Amino acid sequence: MPSYDLIVIGSGPGGYVCAIRAAQLGMKVAVVEKEKTFGGTCLNVGCIPSKAMLHASERFEEAGHAFAKMGIKVATPTLDLPGMLRFKDEAVDGNVKGVAFLFRKNKIEAHNGVGRIVAPGKVEVKPAGGQGSTLDAKAIVIATGSDVARLKGIAIDEKRIVSSTGALSLEKVPRHLLVVGAGVIGLELGSVWRRLGAEVTVVEFLDRILPGIDTEVARQLQRILEKQGISCKLASKVAAIDSSGAALKATVEPAAGGAASIIEADVALVAIGRVPYTENLGLEAIGLKLDGHGRIPVDGRFATSVPGIYAIGDVIAGPMLAHKGEDEGVAVAEIIAGKAGHVNYDVIPNVIYTSPEVASVGKTEEELKAAGVAYNVGKFPFTANGRAKANQQTEGFVKILADAKTDRVLGMHIIGSDAGNMIAEAAIAMELGAAAEDIARTCHAHPTLPEAVKEAALAVDKRAIHM
Amino acid sequence: MTEIRVPTLGESVTEATIGKWFKQPGDLVAADEPLVELETEKVTIEVPAPAAGILSEIIAKDGETVAIGALLGQIDQGAGARAAASKSAEPEKATPPPKAVSTPAPQVPKAAAAAIPLAPSVRRLSAESGIAAEAVPGTGSGGRVTKGDMLAAIERAAAAPTAIAQLAAAVQVRAPSPADDAAREERVRMTKLRQTIAKRLKDAQNAAAMLTTFNEVDMSAVMALRNHYRDLFEKKHGVKLGFMGFFVRACVKALKEIPAVNAEIDGADIIYKNYYHIGIAVGTEKGLVVPVVRDCDAKSLGDIEKEIAGYGRRARDGQLKIEEMQGGTFTITNGGIYGSLMSTPILNAPQSGILGMHKIEDRPVVVAGKIEVRPMMYLAVSYDHRIVDGREAVTFLVRVKESLEDPARLVLDL
Repeated sequence: MPSYDLIVIGSGPGGYVCAIRAAQLGMKVAVVEKEKTFGGTCLNVGCIPSKAMLHASERFEEAGHAFAKMGIKVATPTLDLPGMLRFKDEAVDGNVKGVAFLFRKNKIEAHNGVGRIVAPGKVEVKPAGGQGSTLDAKAIVIATGSDVARLKGIAIDEKRIVSSTGALSLEKVPRHLLVVGAGVIGLELGSVWRRLGAEVTVVEFLDRILPGIDTEVARQLQRILEKQGISCKLASKVAAIDSSGAALKATVEPAAGGAASIIEADVALVAIGRVPYTENLGLEAIGLKLDGHGRIPVDGRFATSVPGIYAIGDVIAGPMLAHKGEDEGVAVAEIIAGKAGHVNYDVIPNVIYTSPEVASVGKTEEELKAAGVAYNVGKFPFTANGRAKANQQTEGFVKILADAKTDRVLGMHIIGSDAGNMIAEAAIAMELGAAAEDIARTCHAHPTLPEAVKEAALAVDKRAIHM
Repeated sequence: MTEIRVPTLGESVTEATIGKWFKQPGDLVAADEPLVELETEKVTIEVPAPAAGILSEIIAKDGETVAIGALLGQIDQGAGARAAASKSAEPEKATPPPKAVSTPAPQVPKAAAAAIPLAPSVRRLSAESGIAAEAVPGTGSGGRVTKGDMLAAIERAAAAPTAIAQLAAAVQVRAPSPADDAAREERVRMTKLRQTIAKRLKDAQNAAAMLTTFNEVDMSAVMALRNHYRDLFEKKHGVKLGFMGFFVRACVKALKEIPAVNAEIDGADIIYKNYYHIGIAVGTEKGLVVPVVRDCDAKSLGDIEKEIAGYGRRARDGQLKIEEMQGGTFTITNGGIYGSLMSTPILNAPQSGILGMHKIEDRPVVVAGKIEVRPMMYLAVSYDHRIVDGREAVTFLVRVKESLEDPARLVLDL
């Protein structure tokens, strides 16, 4: 029976990073992965493929609509969808091969099959249509991630009624795409298909898109998406989808109740969220109970109630973000190795890869108000940023929230081109307890978009220069 | 960024006044180049640049009073290096991926060598408030001082009594002059320096039980020696043979015999000093300064003369260092150069004795029953009667007189 210091179940961002960190710390590590490729949801049917599609579809849109203005004359571009899907598949392929390489480099043994914890320190691995084997380990980390949340009564066939997985591989551009759920995934994938030629309608249960995001930013994005042609039907729910006919017929009701209406669509994307995935782990048998949301409860050291068994990533509480899982993977590996491991949940950036992007880190105005924290706001629009003007991509703004007394940066929210990259500056500043003035007094290269961050910091003190 | 701070200015000196900045913001300065003149009641000193670079800002301006350790200004070494190499360095960005910064000169801010670099807001607040960031407890990541920490420290300092002893606001109790005279008056505020000197003089006078005892000395023997050996002395020692060397040697001999005059009171203790550092008062434009010749008992007359001559030159050029004015055990002052015949010198606190020299005048005196014309100088010794008896003070002065009237006694230790 092969024996290890650590077995990681799941090779998504949480799992594979945990395994690599543990190997760096000298542990003998095994990873159990039920799919044929490593990388979990993120690499295979999540972050990576969606970014590839977002990128390609943005270029398609640019070629068709923005080039002429720049003096580039091209004929109306045509879409080679299979080609674009291949482009996406190459991204996935490259990344999952990269994880395989890292496993080999770090001498991490990968076992293909469904992992089940049969007893503390013992994991059974059962490959599809194959013999099971049992692995021994001093410690086990559960990193099994999450799965698509389902709508009651609506079956996902990944052909006409799809989850994000199917939405990344549609064989043709739908005439009308109905997106159920105005969260990150729904808006991103809705944007992709809108650019590729679909009519897109988003139906959202709440009265706003992007719950949890700063309200001002969310409203701005909604306006922009609607201008782009994505219709948003808020405070509405999809009660049922009739797929018997050629077109889908979705029954849409107001969330508060009332008369329903029918929306016809070719494809419906169910993007109402994700739920922790713990099937076939054998948790009940070893006495591990899940919480009310299906998550594995852990303490501050990511330890479950069973000694020697830890859990990280989407399967435990916290934002369901790949980088959160990664940081937890590193922390738990360090903790298991007897070192100090820590995740700062106050400084986890959040990015939405629509166009323009939305990125934020730290507290929203709503959160600060609710906590009774006095704060100052500095806001700066990209219309006043030289680089944005040069590129003629001036949508959006930077907003910084700083403690009214100490000027410490409490949150930053950006909507605009490249927001996802720009938010990193905010994360570093917040980790180091910087004041808005410190950002304002740090030299930012010109002409770049991050100058808007600097100006927003100046605006906290009501002394922006370029506005 | 390197800070320019007020250096320690010596025992009992807690503050200084900015005399003059030699450089302006934007000027390139070399390391050790004099930047600013600081005046204290003891001395005027120049503060050298702690590093090469561009003087980026002046925080304390001409005429302002600053405490020891206060921030005077900043030097931007990086800017200086860039200007010197005339290349533009890429600014370091906080956003990843971190770029390797290529600066032409390997200038690292001094602070980074040992500690975490200060955040820009912290540097500004430290400069504006005069509170050193190093002294503020840091609550930021890794013990960093944050802007919030500085703001809190500034608040605390504002609430606490100021460290700089505020000179009592001049109490103007004088009844106004009649209009006729008032029109012919000119009211001029005392400079901070003068106010400080005034305070110190009063403190010295109030502390000691100060008396003065007098005697006179026939300088003919010393003058004869000078005339006889003038050229040879100058040739061998490279300095003119003056009077001060004799007076210093005479005083040292007398101090050895009467230790109380070389001592100091500290609370309820008397500190007897077994070393002889004699301060020589020198008049300059800015006032009296008293550089100290150390270990006079171990120095030859030639060395003493040389040192005094050097001090005199440097005092008039404002080049004296604060260490050169510290640590004296006894002082010699000479009012004679201005024409004074007799005076009562004030003690140079915390010393317990001071010798006043005066004008040498030919006077008729009685020598062996006959009237002769002799070059006479009145001598005065002011002393702290708390630890120096009358007898001791008088004997001290008599011994000085004896050594001067018969220099052979210095050689033979009689």
